[in-house]
Amino acid sequence: MIRYIIRRLLYAIPILVGVNVLTFALFFFVNTPNDMARFHLGIKRVTPQAITEWKIEHGYNDPLFYNARAPGIDKLTRTIFFQHSVKLLVFDFGQSDSGRDIGYDIRQRMWPSLAIQVPTFVVGLAVYISVALMTVFFRGTYLDLGGVILAVVMMSISMLFYVIGGQYLFSKVLRLVPISGYDTGLSAFKFVVLPVVLGIVSGIGASMRLYRTFFLEEAPRDYVRTARAKGLSEIRVLFRHVLKNAMIPILTGVVVVIPTLFIGGLIMESFFGIPGLGAYTIDAVRSQDFGIVHAMVYLGAVLYIVGLIMTDLAYTLVDPRVRLE
Amino acid sequence: MAFKFVLLPTDALLYLLVVVAVIYGMYAARHEHLRAPWRQVRRNPVAMAALVVLAAYVATGLLDSIHFRMRLDVPGAGHHQAIYAPQVRSVLDVLCGPLRKHVERTYSAPFALRSFTPQMVRLPGGQRVLEYPRLQYGGAGIRTSTDRARDIALRCLRATGETLALWVALVCAVVWWRVRHPGEFMRTAFVRLARGATDTPWRTILVTLAVVILLVAAIVNLGGEYHILGTDQVGQDVLYEAIKSIRTGLVIGTLSTLVMLPFAVAMGVMAGYFGGWVDDLIQYLYTTLNSIPSVLLIIAVILSLQLYMANHAASIDNIAQRQDIRLLALCVVLGVTSWTGLCRLLRGEAMKLRNMDYIQAATALGVRSRSIMTRHILPNVMHIVLISVVLDFSGLVLAEAILSYIGVGVDPSMNSWGNMINGARLELARDPVVWWSLAAAFLFMVTLVLAANLFADAVRDAFDPRLRTS
Repeated sequence: MIRYIIRRLLYAIPILVGVNVLTFALFFFVNTPNDMARFHLGIKRVTPQAITEWKIEHGYNDPLFYNARAPGIDKLTRTIFFQHSVKLLVFDFGQSDSGRDIGYDIRQRMWPSLAIQVPTFVVGLAVYISVALMTVFFRGTYLDLGGVILAVVMMSISMLFYVIGGQYLFSKVLRLVPISGYDTGLSAFKFVVLPVVLGIVSGIGASMRLYRTFFLEEAPRDYVRTARAKGLSEIRVLFRHVLKNAMIPILTGVVVVIPTLFIGGLIMESFFGIPGLGAYTIDAVRSQDFGIVHAMVYLGAVLYIVGLIMTDLAYTLVDPRVRLE
Repeated sequence: MAFKFVLLPTDALLYLLVVVAVIYGMYAARHEHLRAPWRQVRRNPVAMAALVVLAAYVATGLLDSIHFRMRLDVPGAGHHQAIYAPQVRSVLDVLCGPLRKHVERTYSAPFALRSFTPQMVRLPGGQRVLEYPRLQYGGAGIRTSTDRARDIALRCLRATGETLALWVALVCAVVWWRVRHPGEFMRTAFVRLARGATDTPWRTILVTLAVVILLVAAIVNLGGEYHILGTDQVGQDVLYEAIKSIRTGLVIGTLSTLVMLPFAVAMGVMAGYFGGWVDDLIQYLYTTLNSIPSVLLIIAVILSLQLYMANHAASIDNIAQRQDIRLLALCVVLGVTSWTGLCRLLRGEAMKLRNMDYIQAATALGVRSRSIMTRHILPNVMHIVLISVVLDFSGLVLAEAILSYIGVGVDPSMNSWGNMINGARLELARDPVVWWSLAAAFLFMVTLVLAANLFADAVRDAFDPRLRTS
C-alpha cells in the first residue's frame, strides 16, 4: 500500500512538471514580459524605461530559460522559468504582481474556503445519497416520477440563480442571515450556513439523478433479493446493502465533483464576500495578476492529483476485492 | 449592392456544423443501425417536444448568424466607392427592428408607460418636481392604464387569432400528409392524431408548436409597442437582449465540443488501438490537462488572450470581430478542457474493440492500421461521440453564464445570458426590486437547457447499448 502511494506520487511529478510548462508557455510565450508590462502600465505611461523598471520590480527582467550573463549555476537559476515555474514545484509561490507574498495569502485564505467546501461536500454527499435512495425506495410511484422530473428541472437552472435567489430570499426578505461577510471562530457559522445550503441545493438535481442510476443498477441483483427474502426491511436493504455496493461508482463520481466544487467556491465566495481562495482567484482575474493565477493553477493541479490518490485509497476501504499494487 | 456580407469565424463554423448535421442525417437515414435508435427518439413524446423548442432556438440562432453591413448613403461618394456602416447587423436584428431601436433612457418595468426611476422636472412656473417621466417608446400613444389594458388585450387576441389560423393550417397539412399513406381516410387520420395514437407523437409536436407560435405572435404583436420584459439600466429592451443571447448560448454549447472533436476522436482511438508508447503519451497529455481544474485553465487562457488582444488591438477593426474572436477563443478553451473525458471513453472502447474477431481478421488480411481505425473502429465508437456531444451541450451553456460572471467569459459588450445576470446581480438589492433582467435570462436559459437535457436523455437512452440490453 505504501509502495503504491509512493509510486503514485512519483507518477505525479511528470504531470506537475507538464502543468508548469503549460502555464509557463501560456503566460510567457503568447505574451512576452514586455507585453505584460505594457498592459499593466497602461498605454499612456509606456516608455522603454518604465517597462524595464516594471520588469525588474516584478522579477520578469531575466531571460526566459538561459541567462548567459550570470555566473556559474546562476546561468540556469536566474531565469524567469526557474524563478517563476521551477520554484512552484517546491511550493515557493513567490510574490504577486502587487508585491504580496502569495504563499502567506494562500495559508490565510485557506481556512474560510475549507469552512465552506468541507460542509458542502460532506453534508451534500449525505443528502444526495439519502434523496436518491428515497426515490429508489418509492420507485415506480408518482413520488419517484415527480422526484426525477424535479431533478431534471433543478439541474437545468444555473447555479447563479440559486445563489442570487437564495441571497435575496433568506438575507434580504426574511433577514435570517447576513447578506455577506465573514468572521473567525464560531461566529462564522451564520455567514457560512447560507452558502453551504445553496451549494448543496444547486447540486442536488444532477447528483441525485446520477446516484439514482447507480442504485437502480444494483437493485435487481441477487443479493438484494436474498436480503429481502430474509425479511429485512426495504430501508435496511437499501441503506445497508445497496448503498455499500454502489459506493464504487459513487466514489468515482466524487472525484469528478472536486473540480466543480472549486467552481462553486469561486461563485459562493465572491457572492457572499468570503475571503477564501476562490475570491482570491477572482480578484486576481479582475486585477490581471498573473502570479496569483499561476500559483492557483498549480495548486489546483496538486489538489486534483491528491484527490485521485485518495479516491484509490477509498476504493480499498469500501471494497475488499480492490488491491492496490 | 445595398449591403455587404460579413462572415464572422463562428458564423462559418456554425454553417459548417449545419452541413455536417445534414450529411449525418442523410447518412443515418440510409443505415438501419442508425435509423433504429433515431426511430426510438422520434417516438418519444418528451424528446420531440424538446426538439421543437430546440428547433425554435436554433432557428433564431441561425438567423442571428447571417451578418452584413448596410450601405450608407453618403452624398458625394461616387458609385464606384460604396461606404458601408461600421456596425455589423444580422437578419435577426432586422426582424427585431423595433425591439432594437426602442431604447429608453433607463430602467422601466415590463409593459410600463413611465420610467422606473423618478426624474427632476422643471415646471413652466419654475418649480421643480420629482416625477416619473413618460417613456419615449413604451406604450406610445396610450394615455391611461385602462387604455393600456384594453390595448394589450386586443393585441393578445390578435396574436391568438393569428396563431390559431396558422396552427389549424399546420394541423391540416400534417393530417393531409399522413393521409397520403395508403388505406387511410382524412377523418381517421385526424382522429388518430387527436387521440395521440400516431407512431410519431404528432399531437405533442403540434401542441408544442402552438405554444411556440403563440409566443412568437405575442412578441410580434406586443413587442413594437411595449417593452414586454422591461428595459435595463441603459434603456435597452431586455427581451431583445435575451433573444440576441440565444446565438451566444448555442455557439458555446455546440462549437466548444466540435472544435476539439476531431482531435479527441483521433487521440482516443489511436491510444486505444496502438497501445504502447502512443497510449502512454496520449494518456500523459490528457492527465496533465485534466489535472488543472477547468475553470482555472480557462481563467489562465482568457487572461493571456485579453493581454494579447490588448497589445494587438490595432489589427481588429470592429466590435463584432473582437467579440467573435473572444467567443471563439472561449469555445476553444472550453473544448480543450472538456475533450479529455471523451478521449478517455474512446480509448477504453477502442481497446475493447481491438481484440474483437473482426478487427483481428482485418489485421490478418493485411489491412493498414489507418483503414482499420477509420473503417472498423470509428463507426463503432460514433455512438459514444454522439452521446457525449449531446450531453455536453447543456453543461456548456450553463458554464458560459458562470464564466461571464467571473469575468472570463464572452466579451463584456456581447449579448449573453451570463452578462445579463452579471449586470443584474445588484438590481435585486434595489428598492423596489428590478427583477425583469434576471427573470428574462432565467426563462430563456432554463427553457434551452431543460429542452437540451430532455432531448439528450432520450438520445442517450436510444444509443447507449448498455441500456438497450437491460
